[in-house]
Amino acid sequence: MTAFAVESCGLTKRFGRQVAVNAVDLAVPRGAVYGFLGPNGSGKTTTIRMLLGLIRPTSGGHALLGERMPGGAATVLPRVGALVEGPGFHPYLSGLDNLRRLDAADGTARPATADARIRAALDRVGLGAAAGKRFRAYSLGMRQRLALAAAMLAPRDLLILDEPTNGLDPQGTREVRSLIGALAAEGATVLLSTHLLSEVEQVCSHVGVMHKGHLVAQSTLEDLRAEAAPRARVETDWPEDAARVLRELGVTEVTHEAGRATGLLGQVAPEKVVAALVHDGVPVRGFAVVAADLEEQFVALTGEGFDVSG
Amino acid sequence: MSAVEVAAPPAARSLPVPFRFLRSELGLIARRRRNQAGLAVLAAVPIIIAIAVRVSSPTSSGGDQGAPQFLSSITGNGLFVALAALALEIQLFLPIAVAAVAGDAIAGEANVGTLRYLLTVPVHRTRLLAVKYAGIVAGAFVATVTVAGTGLLAGLLLFGGGDVTLLSGTTIGMGEGLLRLLAICLYLTACLAALGAVGLFVSTLTEQPMGATIAIVMFNMVSWILGVIPQVDWLHPYLLTHWWNNFGDLLRDPVAWDPLRGGLLSAAAYTVIFLSAAWARFGTRDVTS
Ligand SMILES: Nc1ncnc2c1ncn2[C@@H]1O[C@H](COP(=O)(O)OP(=O)(O)O)[C@@H](O)[C@H]1O
Ligand SMILES: [Mg+2]
Repeated sequence: MTAFAVESCGLTKRFGRQVAVNAVDLAVPRGAVYGFLGPNGSGKTTTIRMLLGLIRPTSGGHALLGERMPGGAATVLPRVGALVEGPGFHPYLSGLDNLRRLDAADGTARPATADARIRAALDRVGLGAAAGKRFRAYSLGMRQRLALAAAMLAPRDLLILDEPTNGLDPQGTREVRSLIGALAAEGATVLLSTHLLSEVEQVCSHVGVMHKGHLVAQSTLEDLRAEAAPRARVETDWPEDAARVLRELGVTEVTHEAGRATGLLGQVAPEKVVAALVHDGVPVRGFAVVAADLEEQFVALTGEGFDVSG
Repeated sequence: MSAVEVAAPPAARSLPVPFRFLRSELGLIARRRRNQAGLAVLAAVPIIIAIAVRVSSPTSSGGDQGAPQFLSSITGNGLFVALAALALEIQLFLPIAVAAVAGDAIAGEANVGTLRYLLTVPVHRTRLLAVKYAGIVAGAFVATVTVAGTGLLAGLLLFGGGDVTLLSGTTIGMGEGLLRLLAICLYLTACLAALGAVGLFVSTLTEQPMGATIAIVMFNMVSWILGVIPQVDWLHPYLLTHWWNNFGDLLRDPVAWDPLRGGLLSAAAYTVIFLSAAWARFGTRDVTS
């Protein structure tokens, strides 16, 4: 048994002349909640399609739960729950019947427990009451929930979820996040693709950053945060004076804007900053030491904000 | 584990695992409103034929140059309503029904996004094709039997049954007549199954089920059209539809086996070729739907 639930080596996919995924070496440790982060069009879904054997890599290979794919698909995929590029269900069947169909298609699923498992999955995503409705009458959020239920029809060791909170209201987003936490607590590995940094910060233990088809960073969230130097942030009505004090103390990269001044602390102790500010009579409304925003780090990594690329 | 589960072993309530997906597929086809409506249209034709013949004057039935096969025999025996309906509907309505189901097979799943989820269940691609094709063949059989059954019922109600006078002039009992009607249904199902194989292949080429269905119907039409152009008569035996009308040979005494054998051979060849093509195409295709 390898230590990785998902492991890829040089995974590459070309569409015509465009290289959608370029030599990606994923390493998702078992038990991790891995945030697969990248702007729209960065190649997340294409990577996931390759992982699941839906499309063939132009080059490179990968293994899921220690089994080489696509050869091991028949034995390993029943242990993998997946949500790929949004929900896909028969519009004129009810949510319940759609799940029944998927369960019937699973040669490894026990028919005797089907109803109980389907009910449990529906209840888990809060669709119990709407189970009998036709899928076409579902709202976008309900559709997304049904797709999540489908991913949980059987006990899974690995969940590959492509933008699972798309189309959900804030309440639903919170529910999905706690669901992911619960699945991880039960021992499943979760690969969570998202374009939302906040999602990664809230639920993930690991992160991989995609940018124009490349995996530009991959580590634990902790390591990434540790790399980020802490910043001092002063809330004040006199930002220019605050900035001057910071500079005098040896704080670097000092910037100021209306109502605040910030800078990289470096070796400067935070309490000295506060004392110096007070000593100079700068009126301080608030003071904080913030680990640099992950967002700023990702902007540094990808050289741009999280807009559509390619 | 609850006592209930112990008392009822899984095998007692459920089909064996390999058949669950097939049953689900048949249910999907059968429950689709569009398919139900199509079946109703198929069933309406023999009823219309029976009523039309019934209300028309005796002199106008029969003798007409362009009249479809079997129409003139209806007043003698209601069984011929079924045969006349089959002869009419095999030209277009039955192929459309098969094309609708076959066009939907893979393209329909791709279109609504269920294909990627079936494949990640996982359903092996070969198994998916097999189940889809079984569904198409079942659909073709049900459609054919619906036409024959409704025709038989309407015919017996309006014209009665009795001994059947065959095309060769000899007479057989009603029982044997029914057996021969069943044999005709099976023969036509085999013919339509070949069209279904073509359809399954077409369905792997696109994500638009409607487009696939239209393409299949057009394939069928071109086959009919080429079949009536004498300049290409060398091509005729190789056409998909060339042997379909030969189902009437099951109503001779003795049965004219040669054309029937040709028809079955042709159907088998089309089926093998196009199922292989579907497999070759779908087995490796990128599923980006
Ligand atoms: N079937 C396809 N044919 C051609 N290009 C594609 C196809 N699928 C994806 N792409 C391209 O590959 C790139 C990555 O897309 P995708 O993996 O969907 O990104 P993400 O999921 O990160 O938003 C995009 O530029 C997209 O246009
Ligand atoms: Mg995507």
